[in-house]
Amino acid sequence: MGRVVELEDAVVVLGAFPALAGVDLTVDVGEIVLLRGPNGAGKTTLLRVCAGLVPLARGRGTILGADLTLDRGAVRRRVGLLGHRNGLYLDLSVAENVGFWGATVGATDDEIAAAMDRLGLSGRLAVLPVRRLSAGQQRRTALACLVARRAQLWLLDEPHAGLDAAGRDELDATLRQAAASGATVIVASHELERAGSLATRTVDVVAGQVTAVAP
Amino acid sequence: MTFLRTAWLVAGKDLRIEWRSRIGLNQVLPFAAIVMVLFAFALDRFPAPPGTDDTLLESVAPGLVWLATLFSLLLLVQRTFAIESEDGALDALRASGVDAAALFWGKTAALAAQLAVLEALLLVTAILLYGTEVRPSGVVLLVTTWLAATVGLAAVGTLYGGLAAGARGRETLLPLLMLPVVAPVLIGATRAVEAALGIGGTAIADGWPWVGVVTVFAVAFGAGGTLAFGPLIDE
Repeated sequence: MGRVVELEDAVVVLGAFPALAGVDLTVDVGEIVLLRGPNGAGKTTLLRVCAGLVPLARGRGTILGADLTLDRGAVRRRVGLLGHRNGLYLDLSVAENVGFWGATVGATDDEIAAAMDRLGLSGRLAVLPVRRLSAGQQRRTALACLVARRAQLWLLDEPHAGLDAAGRDELDATLRQAAASGATVIVASHELERAGSLATRTVDVVAGQVTAVAP
Repeated sequence: MTFLRTAWLVAGKDLRIEWRSRIGLNQVLPFAAIVMVLFAFALDRFPAPPGTDDTLLESVAPGLVWLATLFSLLLLVQRTFAIESEDGALDALRASGVDAAALFWGKTAALAAQLAVLEALLLVTAILLYGTEVRPSGVVLLVTTWLAATVGLAAVGTLYGGLAAGARGRETLLPLLMLPVVAPVLIGATRAVEAALGIGGTAIADGWPWVGVVTVFAVAFGAGGTLAFGPLIDE
């Protein structure tokens, strides 16, 4: 099984505050990993490290084979990070958004259409401005952008926030399907029951350290 | 994805959003027109400066056109980064590893296209409102100034817009940072346009050194933006 995330003694200091204090973590292809822990535990920082956005002060790590210290640009190109906001252009249509993000990596029209199909965004929805979509549809559009960008590692920070029950079900189905088709997913969430039933593995983060991994 | 394709993609996206939202058309253009009319109200009662045949409004028209351009530029820059921050798209662009230099030039190109239209309309407004006359022999100087100043202003706007995008109080910070920096363009472009229009008896040849100043400014900020935009929008 291929290794997607490999962190060894990862330390991150934000200002004077040690946000991660020596994290060891490995994640393999096709896993859905849930990061859980209290507010300020370091979950979001850990996701941002995996996205190549936050440099390591100490330790080492590779993401999809790219070194986190030497080649964060390569990490960013292979990883998709979805935070509290969707990163969409609200005045553009669904198709234009997915097309734009796909085009940033040279995706073909077929790949872009397939990404929209996979997220159930073809047909009438495709031409609607994102501003007019529900929160769940906007989240699905953001995920379609990750697919079109060929992101191999999906990093999702509180992905269920703001979604109604149907939207949450849609999201879970999407993530399972993504993992089944070869993507790897790491989710930071406070919705432990829902995210826990989705995850293949759970990682507890407390005070910037991984304290437990289950199973 | 090549540099040019990425820049083209970003510019196309920005222009499409502007065309859809019509903010530039419905808000920035009327704002610029109102500024020009207010200048006319403020200055039209003053007689011609001694030794010239021009009225005061005709004499100061080039400076007023560029001042109105600078004020409007602030709105356009705020707008071009507002579309990036509304749903966190700028963060997503950073996170996706898109070439920051290509992003800078794409946004600069889109801003330049909007500015070019705005400046042309402001010049027409000056002709209609202030009685400014364009002499045929000055057209080349006028167009060259227009191009150089547009690129320079768009480059500065994108660079400082990116710098202010993540800052608290960015709406007030942007003019504070940007207006002093664009003073050379205001001075250079005003002098060059005065020469192109023959205001105060200036010769066309007097305008070319000022075009040089504006061009050096555009090149400097184009190069600076290419190098600095990535680190500026990064953490």
